[in-house]
Amino acid sequence: MNDIEKTAGDPGENPRENLGENPGGYSTPPAGPEAIKAIPVRHYGRYVSALVAIAILVATVYAFSQGDINWHAVPDYFFDHRIITGVYKTLLLTVLSMLIGITGGIVLAIMRLSKNPVTSSIAWFYIWFFRGTPVLVQLFLWFNLGLVFHYINLMPIYKDYWSNFMTPLLTALLGLGLNEAAYMAEICRAGLLAVDEGQTEAAHALGMSHSRTLRRVIIPQAMRVIVPPTGNEVINMLKTTSLVAAVQYPELFRYAQDIGQNSGAPVEMYFLAAAWYLIMTSVLSVGQYYIERYYARGSSRQLPPTPWQKVRANMFSLGRPKGAVSA
Amino acid sequence: MTGKLSKTEDAPPEGSVPMVRAQGVHKSFGHVEVLKGIDLEVKPGEVFCLIGPSGSGKSTFLRCINHLEKINAGRLYVDGELVGYRQKGDKLYELKDSEVARKRRDIGMVFQRFNLFPHMTALENVMEAPVQVKGASRTQARERAMQLLERVGLADRAGHYPSQLSGGQQQRVAIARALAMDPKLMLFDEPTSALDPELVGDVLDVMRDLAESGMTMVVVTHEMGFAREVGDSLVFMDEGVVVESGHPRDVLTNPQHQRTQSFLSKVL
Ligand SMILES: Nc1ncnc2c1ncn2[C@@H]1O[C@H](COP(=O)(O)OP(=O)(O)O)[C@@H](O)[C@H]1O
Ligand SMILES: [Mg+2]
Repeated sequence: MNDIEKTAGDPGENPRENLGENPGGYSTPPAGPEAIKAIPVRHYGRYVSALVAIAILVATVYAFSQGDINWHAVPDYFFDHRIITGVYKTLLLTVLSMLIGITGGIVLAIMRLSKNPVTSSIAWFYIWFFRGTPVLVQLFLWFNLGLVFHYINLMPIYKDYWSNFMTPLLTALLGLGLNEAAYMAEICRAGLLAVDEGQTEAAHALGMSHSRTLRRVIIPQAMRVIVPPTGNEVINMLKTTSLVAAVQYPELFRYAQDIGQNSGAPVEMYFLAAAWYLIMTSVLSVGQYYIERYYARGSSRQLPPTPWQKVRANMFSLGRPKGAVSA
Repeated sequence: MTGKLSKTEDAPPEGSVPMVRAQGVHKSFGHVEVLKGIDLEVKPGEVFCLIGPSGSGKSTFLRCINHLEKINAGRLYVDGELVGYRQKGDKLYELKDSEVARKRRDIGMVFQRFNLFPHMTALENVMEAPVQVKGASRTQARERAMQLLERVGLADRAGHYPSQLSGGQQQRVAIARALAMDPKLMLFDEPTSALDPELVGDVLDVMRDLAESGMTMVVVTHEMGFAREVGDSLVFMDEGVVVESGHPRDVLTNPQHQRTQSFLSKVL
């Protein structure tokens, strides 16, 4: 035990000496299973890089504070009721479009994997079209579909002019949701394929039907593969909603722009919007972490630590690596 | 080698109905013929062992019994009923998926690699099919599942996920899961082959106990000791045909065919 303390603490010594097959230095092995109290390796690189990063950060903040920007406008408008409405509408769009996207994606993925060639071709075509065209172009197409269809006529239930039916909200939801479904389909397909075939077999052998096997056995396991990229999709979607200003649906970005034009502080409002987007994506990331943790149950012997547990572990390990929790 | 599916053979046997009856069962994957006319009978309450070299078609045959694989020719009956088809006059009609699923309820299957549902605890694994397939109430299913876990010696592990169990424990949960559907026939596909040697005994004990309770079992195994002690019949398969069959003691100690002899000399 004393040997270890000495060699580990002295960086000049050749470390091979301790790793060799034949540890010549250990003529007398330690008497009992005493706990090792070695002095840990110092990570000087960590301190240096932290200093560099702080310096760059300070310089950047200083540059921005000296710029020709009226920073007061940001807090002044931060909780403006239009901004709050915009935040609400952005979140609403995100949630509804993702619901369309996820539902559509699961259906498309199952269709794509179906043995029926008609179903799988339809899914293939859908994905080909919606992934192959920019979402902004799709939004405009939905917006202008009234040129093709003058009426909507669901005979007994509903009949109206297309322009009345296709509100900006619906345009935005269809544009974002249907496009998202194509991406989610690929994510879900990868998830479904990742589940071991033995699982389907075991479920079938127990007398479960195809659909019940999917619902009870395959999809819950596929979720482990599906959730992480879906979290990214949600965050992407939140940002992509800023495009629907183009089809006359006002959300955070549009309101920020409007305020900017009226108040003569346009750039400031972009910063304000950026700050709100950052807040929302950060909250979503935390949510994503907990959902992933939920679907990881059963896949490893121990649940991964919560972010708070990680932070606590990290705070005490800057200079001392403590297993897997340190970065 | 007779019986193509289009032809009618004799009607299901009368009297004491065998639990499994195979007549000239053929199965091909593409151009590769894996089963080349299997004939055998498993009587109710019997422990029927299937041995043979790797790739001889044992798993394939077992999977045909609960219609996880479709046979290409011949006839396969379980408890007197045709597997996967309905016969009307001299025509065969394929069963719907739901009808196939209904028949599988009565046949339990245990896999070499356990195939427990990893996102469910041991208890949930055992409860799943009774609740989802049979529509049992959760309270009832839980009670029954606990009894079964007790029976396989794992009542104290009910809340564990499969990843927290050893291979032997997982396989015993898998047996309990199959038993939860109250099957009349149990299929075992090399249930101990993926286990560390010291864990094999626990699983075999459970199977022995099950055999004593009168369960009809078809067991693919390399455990010759188990086959000799517990088995009532034994079949040696090679390259898709039944080479030799009889009482396990006779076949194992006094094999008649050269292929059986050379196989046994390698595994014993
Ligand atoms: N789904 C499949 N597709 C193609 N070939 C298969 C398939 N399943 C099994 N086989 C082939 O059938 C043969 C018999 O396999 P199997 O029944 O698993 O043998 P055993 O269980 O006796 O080792 C092997 O040659 C195997 O490669
Ligand atoms: Mg096999």
